[in-house]
Amino acid sequence: MSGEHGVRATQAGHGVRATQAAIVLEDVTKEFVVRRRVGRVRRERTVVRAVESLSLTIGEGEMVGYIGPNGAGKSTTIKMLTGILVPARGTVRVGGLDPQRHRIATTRRVGVVFGQRSQLWWDLPLRDSFDLLRWVYRVAAERHRANLAAFVDLLDLGPFLDTPVRQLSLGQRMRGEITAALLHDPAMLYLDEPTIGLDVMSKARVRDFLTAVNRDRGTTVVLTTHDLDDVEQLCSRLVVIDRGRILHDGTVAEVRARFAPYRTLVVDLVDERARLALPNAVVVRSEGRRRWVRFHRDEASAAQVVAAIVAVADIVDLSVEEPDIEEVVRDMYLAGATA
Amino acid sequence: MFQRFSTYRGATVAGAVIGTTFGFLRAYVLVAVYRHHETIGSFDAVDAVTFTFVSQGFLPTIGIWGRLELSDRIRSGDVATDLYRPLHFQSYWLAQDLGRFAFEGLARGMVPVAAGALAFSLRFPTGRGTWALFAIALVLAEVVSFGLRYLVALIGFWVLDNRGFVQFGGFLTQFFGGVIVPVSFFPAGLEGACRLLPFQAVVQLPVEVFLGRQGAGALALQAVWAAALLVAGNALAARAMHKVVVQGG
Amino acid sequence: MGEVVARAAIYRRLVGARVRAEFQYRVSFAATVVSQCAATVLDMVAIVVLFTHVPVLAGWTLPEALFLYATSAVCFGLSDVLVGPAGKVNWFIKFGWFDRVLIRPLGTLGQLACDEFALRRIGKLIQPLVVLAIALATVPVDWTPLRVAAVPVLIASGTALFGGLWVLAGSASFWTLESQEVAHTFTYGGSYLTQYPLDVVSGWLRRVVVVVPLAFVNYLPAAWLLGKPEFVGVGRWAPVLSPLVAGCVVALAGLSWRTGVRHYRSTGS
Repeated sequence: MSGEHGVRATQAGHGVRATQAAIVLEDVTKEFVVRRRVGRVRRERTVVRAVESLSLTIGEGEMVGYIGPNGAGKSTTIKMLTGILVPARGTVRVGGLDPQRHRIATTRRVGVVFGQRSQLWWDLPLRDSFDLLRWVYRVAAERHRANLAAFVDLLDLGPFLDTPVRQLSLGQRMRGEITAALLHDPAMLYLDEPTIGLDVMSKARVRDFLTAVNRDRGTTVVLTTHDLDDVEQLCSRLVVIDRGRILHDGTVAEVRARFAPYRTLVVDLVDERARLALPNAVVVRSEGRRRWVRFHRDEASAAQVVAAIVAVADIVDLSVEEPDIEEVVRDMYLAGATA
Repeated sequence: MFQRFSTYRGATVAGAVIGTTFGFLRAYVLVAVYRHHETIGSFDAVDAVTFTFVSQGFLPTIGIWGRLELSDRIRSGDVATDLYRPLHFQSYWLAQDLGRFAFEGLARGMVPVAAGALAFSLRFPTGRGTWALFAIALVLAEVVSFGLRYLVALIGFWVLDNRGFVQFGGFLTQFFGGVIVPVSFFPAGLEGACRLLPFQAVVQLPVEVFLGRQGAGALALQAVWAAALLVAGNALAARAMHKVVVQGG
Repeated sequence: MGEVVARAAIYRRLVGARVRAEFQYRVSFAATVVSQCAATVLDMVAIVVLFTHVPVLAGWTLPEALFLYATSAVCFGLSDVLVGPAGKVNWFIKFGWFDRVLIRPLGTLGQLACDEFALRRIGKLIQPLVVLAIALATVPVDWTPLRVAAVPVLIASGTALFGGLWVLAGSASFWTLESQEVAHTFTYGGSYLTQYPLDVVSGWLRRVVVVVPLAFVNYLPAAWLLGKPEFVGVGRWAPVLSPLVAGCVVALAGLSWRTGVRHYRSTGS
């Protein structure tokens, strides 16, 4: 099941030139031929379907998290959105354009950040990279200056603008990369593992920045990541992909509701020997005075469960935990659920 | 160690093709020269052509153009971890290179020689003794070649980017080793100078052994150079370790 | 037309950035230039050494042979400076840097040539230019205005021809990474071959050389200038044919490159 959820999509018509940020993938399939050595001489040829009949529509101004295990097809999808790869079957439209036929026009409207690979000029000061990109993307001087000033301010790039890129720390470089990707006012921004390896401070800064950009400039953002905190804090919508197919497409809350419909109440009892036998909840863990009580959100409310506990034992303190999105997604991958 | 040099079949083919091509080109040039003389520098035409193909055959094996991985590691700073290993630095790299040598072996070498034999008449060693000497000469050539490349790579500790020196070293070795023109072609003065240099031990001497013109004496000379270069390499490495400059982010 | 000018400006900036970056490694830059200079000197010395044994090599005297060498080396060196990086695409692909080129709104070939521009490759040009100057002064040519005008044209077409070969060799790597190395037998091999009078090669190789039109780089133009006999038989038309042949090679190279990029994009790496 893929691509059918109540998400408003802006369908782009051909030949319309205004900023159209819709991304449309229709029934896209991408295969790779992998040659593997078997034994000393022979090679065997296998066809790997990186992406299979994938359909996805992303509307203007959305911020979408695109997650999946390694090898699920995330990078392949992003590459097809940028025009690096072309699909074997199906169509891709970015801003109404086909990245395959109109690579240059498409790339003008797109900004990309690859977490692992740099797009900056390694030996030159950061400032020079920004300046060069102004030329490469043909940004008007005024606009470029204004953008740069804004980003320098938001991401605090000032202190190291004149440092050669090769001497920057990972956090600094990443902030530089994101700036570089946005200097030309792209309608769409793809980020491939942007917070990987960053320290907490840098991550926070990057997340705030992305939120601001999405909100103030209406940039459509597609974010692939393994860091589920990123997703939780940034994305209104979550697309989960595994083995080339979409497992889920909806909000984070929906993911939780569908795949992890339980919540956990953590209570600290007065008497550690007290036993809790509850009608609509289960004690899943017990440590000294603390009990973790799990209940299905459809079958009981937190208030009901608390009432049930208090009826049989005195409590000192309590809190409610939502299921860890990490666990949830892991369970999803394992189940390979398609529902 | 073998595993690291399991290159694609394609690369081996490429090396063989290039070796064969250059063998032919150089051979043709030499043949044109020999239209005027019977012998040059005591080589006759068959010697010269044989020289060309045999040398082209084993050039990749002894890594004559190669940069040691060491160069990259010095440049990136990774070498710092190598220095902590409980292995003798030079021996480690020598062993790696010998592994490469053993792997690349004679597969590529056979092709240019075979192709050359089809188109020209070549002179092959007559006795098993000569083949044995040649085999040893090849190994010694590899060690000498390593010694030279090792020294050049170590320069990377003092200079940020030693690619220029690596290239230069490669050219020097080729020219004075006799790859472009056999050393025996050089005018007397230049040839005399070359005979004093280690480069001849890399190509010229082994091929002369192959042609049966030199015997154990050449091997001894190679061994002397090999030893000298290894000692120098050790000394330089020691100095380098005193002065570890880590480069990179 | 405006597009061409705009792109030229962008390329100029990219090249400038690369040169600035290169100068950061001053010692290495100097060392590379010196070493390439030395290498070209050694190439020339090899020719001279051969001539110490013979007065004439396949019908060419030393000054003529040096002229041949110099034109070959200048054309090859210039082509290397201008489009050399295109012939080394397999490095980019191997390390995943080619994707970066596809993401930018510029042509792939232009980006590679400019973004990987290496001024230090000029080292290969210095000595041959000197030798060329000397050779032009010493060869027995009857310098009519036509001949004088022809020299830069022939150099340009020779450069373009080698440039085409670089691009052809590089585009092989879009198919398999290793085939680029094989293709370089034509670039580096071609460079070496054209340093010597093509009369040295016999029979079947002669036919190959004409198929891969290396003869048009410098051998035929030189034969025409010097009034020498040559085995292809079209020497009289060299000044017209060489640019034509170069043009064909360039066109073929462009096609090959585009096809290669298309293939890369459908198969990934």
